[in-house]
Amino acid sequence: MHIIVLAKQVPDIEKVKFLRETNRVDRKSADSEINPFDLNALEAAQQMKEQLGATVTVISMGPQSAEAVLREGIARDADRGILLYDDSFAGADTLATSYTLAAAIRKVGDFDLILCGETTVDGDTGQVGPGLAERLGVSLLPFVSELTKVSTDKVTAVTETSAGSLSVEASFPLLITGTKELNTPRLPTLKEKLRARKAEVEKWTAADLGDVDPVKLGIAGSATWVESIALPPEKKRKGEVLQGEDAASQLVAALDKAGLLKG
Amino acid sequence: MENKGILIYVEREGGRVHPICYELLGKGRDLADKTDSKVSCAVLGSGITETAQELVAYGADTVYVYDDESLATFDSLAHKQNLVSLISEVQPAIVMFGSTLTGKALAPRVATAVEAGLTSNCTALELQEDGSLLQVRPAFTGNFLAHVKTSSDITMVTVRYRALEAGQKDEGRKGEIVKKGVEKVDSGVKVLGKGEAKPASIAGADIVVCAGRGLRNADDFELVQQLADALGGVVGATRPLVDDGWISKDHQVGFSGTIVKPKLYVGVGVSGSPQHLAGIRDSGTIVAINSDPSVALFRIADYAVVGDLYQVIPQMIELLKKK
Ligand SMILES: Cc1cc2nc3c(=O)[nH]c(=O)nc-3n(C[C@H](O)[C@H](O)[C@H](O)COP(=O)(O)OP(=O)(O)OC[C@H]3O[C@@H](n4cnc5c(N)ncnc54)[C@H](O)[C@@H]3O)c2cc1C
Repeated sequence: MHIIVLAKQVPDIEKVKFLRETNRVDRKSADSEINPFDLNALEAAQQMKEQLGATVTVISMGPQSAEAVLREGIARDADRGILLYDDSFAGADTLATSYTLAAAIRKVGDFDLILCGETTVDGDTGQVGPGLAERLGVSLLPFVSELTKVSTDKVTAVTETSAGSLSVEASFPLLITGTKELNTPRLPTLKEKLRARKAEVEKWTAADLGDVDPVKLGIAGSATWVESIALPPEKKRKGEVLQGEDAASQLVAALDKAGLLKG
Repeated sequence: MENKGILIYVEREGGRVHPICYELLGKGRDLADKTDSKVSCAVLGSGITETAQELVAYGADTVYVYDDESLATFDSLAHKQNLVSLISEVQPAIVMFGSTLTGKALAPRVATAVEAGLTSNCTALELQEDGSLLQVRPAFTGNFLAHVKTSSDITMVTVRYRALEAGQKDEGRKGEIVKKGVEKVDSGVKVLGKGEAKPASIAGADIVVCAGRGLRNADDFELVQQLADALGGVVGATRPLVDDGWISKDHQVGFSGTIVKPKLYVGVGVSGSPQHLAGIRDSGTIVAINSDPSVALFRIADYAVVGDLYQVIPQMIELLKKK
């Protein structure tokens, strides 16, 4: 059984600053980390490996520093880490990203299951997983919050839909996007971290992907671009401070006056 | 740009059309009128043919109906397959989806299949003088708005619920209803059972009473619920309470939970973190009840009540009961 996990390096979204001149994040303004949802995907893969004895490959597209993300994966028992790094990959939107990832996965070879996070905290599109399922022609279980049962040819899972959760059975090959509820990622031990630090991370450029169309990579292969960035308009607020004994009655009176109380 | 019209994917939720679709129709109608083109809808499901007329009343020129047993539960592969065929047939300039769990699973598959640019979670769509569509979406936890453009022939978007105005219903409106043959696809995904139905969505509520970590324990949600009942609203919560398992994720208000836009938002024991504020910024009236006068939520509140929620809430309930 072969499981592929996709992971992305993201800036610490609570600290990161934005460069308004270039419409890009200032990578130097905050530390980088692995996209939190990808940790859930890695944990799920690790659990399956423990139960069923799978081979796990982690793939990331990103700058050279994203090697750290693959070491995170290896520390969590992945057998192989591949960084897709090439100047021609830069500036990719989700269309170009899924194209590049699909090419890499075809090169890696047969897989049973691809696991990824439901979204990334920086781009927040959630588009790469489903887009990749399309490129590879496999079924998709989106927003999986529970892996109920896993075997070597299918899974039983809970997937979240607009109308509520569904329990489904899906056969491999399959792509799953996992939510934060999927599991609680374990922390690697010191020993595992040391091993990961010494492990080899493979680096693949566009040339290593074989038969790819260069106009479908990176900025050239992207169909959307950010034209400008604006600050959201702030609504004008009343800012009335109510305190003391009769704060509650002042509030209720104000809401009543504003027509916000029913009946 | 030669405008070949607008196609809207009609999502169904628990036997009815998801209200986001009427908002998409409102915008779609407006864009179509401005560009002298047409709006069509694609509705897929089982036993759904009667909804088509309703979509016409809300502004659709053409409704393509895919009514078949095999489409009874949403499957991204089956819905994609039928939509992609329709797109190659009608060649729309713009395809719109709701930014719901369903829309988010489907739209990227469709966009990738036809190699179209897709912008998700849009909050505004503006037609530019050159005929292109400017797409506005929150970025960086809603602290910024990104203005996005598309270079592919087809522009695809998913739009956040309650970001746009719903169209006006007009029973007299005329439109064409086209029954389509359904392509069946076996995705290898089998539905075994349905979980609990979702509680009334906080996304669509007019009044949301949101509890934060000022709450001492899970049982005290009872008090928050009583206030919500007295106001005629629903209960929400900040993420830590959801993480602690005090309440289900469906109730989480904020950037990584549900973005709300109620007429009245009441935050009790909520500090107002950036991630939380990103989910409530567009609310009509904001009330904050907090014992600490320095909290961030007070800075965007219409009414900042400085006090202990365990005193203020019971007083409010009493007063509201007398109304
Ligand atoms: C990637 C990411 C995504 C996130 N997404 C979300 C999200 O979607 N939604 C969300 O809410 N959070 C989200 N968070 C978490 C967020 O950063 C904050 O931790 C969280 O919003 C804080 O919740 P709180 O206001 O309830 O708690 P606190 O910040 O602890 O505030 C509790 C407040 O209660 C007040 N209080 C205490 N006792 C009383 C009393 N008796 N009476 C009145 N007031 C009292 C205190 O003064 C304090 O202001 C996210 C974080 C990350 C990193």
